[in-house]
Amino acid sequence: MFESLSEKLNTTFKKLTGRGRLSEENIGEALKEVRLALLEADVNYRIVKKLIEEIRRRAVGVDVLESLTPGQQVIKIVNEELTRLMGETRADLQLVGKTPFVLMLVGLQGSGKTTTAGKLAQHLQGQGRSPYLVPADIYRPAAIEQLKKLGIQLDVPVYPGDSQTKPEAICRDALSRAGSVGADVLILDTAGRLHIDDALMSELERIKEQTNPTEILLVADAMTGQDAVNMAEQFNRRLDITGIILSKMEGDARGGAALSIKEVTGKPIKFVGVGEKLDAIEPFFPDRMASRILGMGDVVSLIEKAQQEFDEKEAVKLEKRLRKREFNLEDFQTHLKQMKKLGSLEQIVGMLPGIGQFKQLKKLKPDEKGLIRIEAIINSMTVQERQNHKILNASRRKRIARGSGSNVQDVNRLLKNFIQTKKIVENLARKGYQNMPSIFH
Amino acid sequence: MKLFGNKENREEGKNGKASGLIERLKQGLSKTRSGLAGKLDQLVFGKKQIDDAILDELEEILFTADLGVRTTQELIDLVQSAVARKELNHPEKLKDILKENMRSFLHLPRIEHQRPKPGEPLIIMVIGVNGVGKTTTIGKAAHRFRNEGKKVMLIAADTFRAAAVEQLTIWGERVGAEVIKQDTGADPSAVVFDGISAALSRKADVVIIDTAGRLHTKVNLMEELEKVRRVVNGRLDGAPHEIWLILDATTGQNAISQAELFHKALGVTDIVLTKLDGTAKGGIVVGLCHQLGLPVRFIGIGEKMDDLRSFDAQEFVNAIFD
Ligand SMILES: Nc1nc2c(ncn2[C@@H]2O[C@H](COP(=O)(O)OP(=O)(O)OP(=O)(O)O)[C@@H](O)[C@H]2O)c(=O)[nH]1
Ligand SMILES: [Mg+2]
Repeated sequence: MFESLSEKLNTTFKKLTGRGRLSEENIGEALKEVRLALLEADVNYRIVKKLIEEIRRRAVGVDVLESLTPGQQVIKIVNEELTRLMGETRADLQLVGKTPFVLMLVGLQGSGKTTTAGKLAQHLQGQGRSPYLVPADIYRPAAIEQLKKLGIQLDVPVYPGDSQTKPEAICRDALSRAGSVGADVLILDTAGRLHIDDALMSELERIKEQTNPTEILLVADAMTGQDAVNMAEQFNRRLDITGIILSKMEGDARGGAALSIKEVTGKPIKFVGVGEKLDAIEPFFPDRMASRILGMGDVVSLIEKAQQEFDEKEAVKLEKRLRKREFNLEDFQTHLKQMKKLGSLEQIVGMLPGIGQFKQLKKLKPDEKGLIRIEAIINSMTVQERQNHKILNASRRKRIARGSGSNVQDVNRLLKNFIQTKKIVENLARKGYQNMPSIFH
Repeated sequence: MKLFGNKENREEGKNGKASGLIERLKQGLSKTRSGLAGKLDQLVFGKKQIDDAILDELEEILFTADLGVRTTQELIDLVQSAVARKELNHPEKLKDILKENMRSFLHLPRIEHQRPKPGEPLIIMVIGVNGVGKTTTIGKAAHRFRNEGKKVMLIAADTFRAAAVEQLTIWGERVGAEVIKQDTGADPSAVVFDGISAALSRKADVVIIDTAGRLHTKVNLMEELEKVRRVVNGRLDGAPHEIWLILDATTGQNAISQAELFHKALGVTDIVLTKLDGTAKGGIVVGLCHQLGLPVRFIGIGEKMDDLRSFDAQEFVNAIFD
């Protein structure tokens, strides 16, 4: 998500190493680059200004630690500032008190509310709740139809609304029917609207007044630019939102809007959307995100995700091997299989530490078909060959190609990919698993 | 300001969204705008030289309009070298020089499109990331073509997003354009192939293809789009004649990456910048057009069928400083 900013900051920090203690001057130089990197990442101009001043103040003052290199020192301060801005602790939905709960989704046009409504419904289902989807967008053509289809897909009831009824009436009536459909959480999918559209903003106020939502969640596009502050400020001013969901985070947006929105509303980011499928929603971890902005990746989040879907034993084995810095074709195969379960490679890559330094990995994007071919090739290898790729001479490669119904170029390409991945993974293992945590202790 | 259209042109929405809104929009906008630009005017007023305070203020205006690091620096460098060469000795001229440069970044010749052969329809493919306004823009564009007396057909090649086909169908009914569709989940290439065949046999003048939103970073989905393009081309030589990339004015620097990757994969011919009726200024297109040589053709200024306007670089640049 934040790769590009990570890359930028990494370069800055490389320049800072080995220069002795921080001086006013080299802070100034580094801060100039941090500033441009943040602006490039779409963090709002005013917020960047504030942030840079804060970092400058802290860096030059008493906070300087003797045990760190200058580069680490700046990383630490920038990281702390970013973490502080993004909310320090992980915030979840607050579903306490009397049921039915009401979750109200609001935001600009096209920010991803309807898809997010479906994702939240699935997420809540997974937690043993009974969601009820409420289509309150009577304006966009086929918006109600879209939510109904998601409901069918998820087997979640959808309020039978129509575009002739006022949104506040739809929501009110849905609330009164919740009991009869056995629902304990309502998810209100409101129409996208401009924050300066007074009539439509009042409509949201009326819905709020009449349904008394447990959560009002602002759904914002992670690719939003400088205007994020105006939008967020208005929605928060009119509705006193309780949290934020960032959508479309799986792309290459630098995501500075996350900082901007958090800063102007003071409300926590609760989830991020990472794809179009209904399971593509993840909790937002501010502290990890800050490390990620700094290019230190997110080892913890990777391991967590892995634990859900990996065969645990496999994961442990893989981790052990990684620690010993061994990675053979068998591991590669397991890794590819798990990758299919885990989701897109980009998603995984984004969670690895120091990703900014591993651009090569981004290019290794086998598609589904490619994966099948790769598996076939590895399956045609002997155990010995899988454990030691170095013995794969020309005649062995020819045999493998024939056995897997591919050609020698395919085998060579796979080996090249494997060797590249091996290098990266072993490097990550060294840097990520061993060195990374020690930076701050 | 013309960008936001005039009231007479707008149909009244059933929810009353249109009435008075535009007036309020204008007021809201001029308020935000006079904030920054007004400060610049104050700084400039009565000064003999361009000082750091003026340049700082300028920088803030450009950044806040999403022009981005590279383009902002480029423009400020231009100002500074004009000062050094003594071409710019009066702060009052500052805005003019900047506007002039921004306009030249934006003023690009339209890309020479392949025109449809006599008797064949103009085929337009519409692409972009999720939620930028592709389907709505198609509805508005179809309305425009209908006003020119053209027979318009729409092809529903977003077979992925729930109810995308229904959405386009409603637009088709609204503007009087036939929608060619298959079920959700169908292969978009197949839909497009059949759609063009139908358009040819029914002698349509204009065919617009709605595609599913996709992030430009998803290699497989970009390949799917390339395939759609190939299929169009295979069915009708020279088509698609135009490929419109839809960009959302609220998007920040990521729009550059979007434009680069979509352009690389498909060869974009025109940019449409949507949602300019909000407070975002869409300044990202200044650098983007300049760098990629892609012209902005239309802007979206609302959700109604009349809310598509031809892009006017002068108006656009003025709006950044208004
Ligand atoms: N205010 C405003 N809203 C717009 C404009 N253009 C589109 N929209 C709204 O933005 C939302 C998304 O538009 P769509 O046309 O569905 O976008 P899309 O790109 O087709 O979306 P997907 O197909 O889901 O990727 C809708 O609510 C539109 O009404 C515009 O110029 N101004
Ligand atoms: Mg669409």
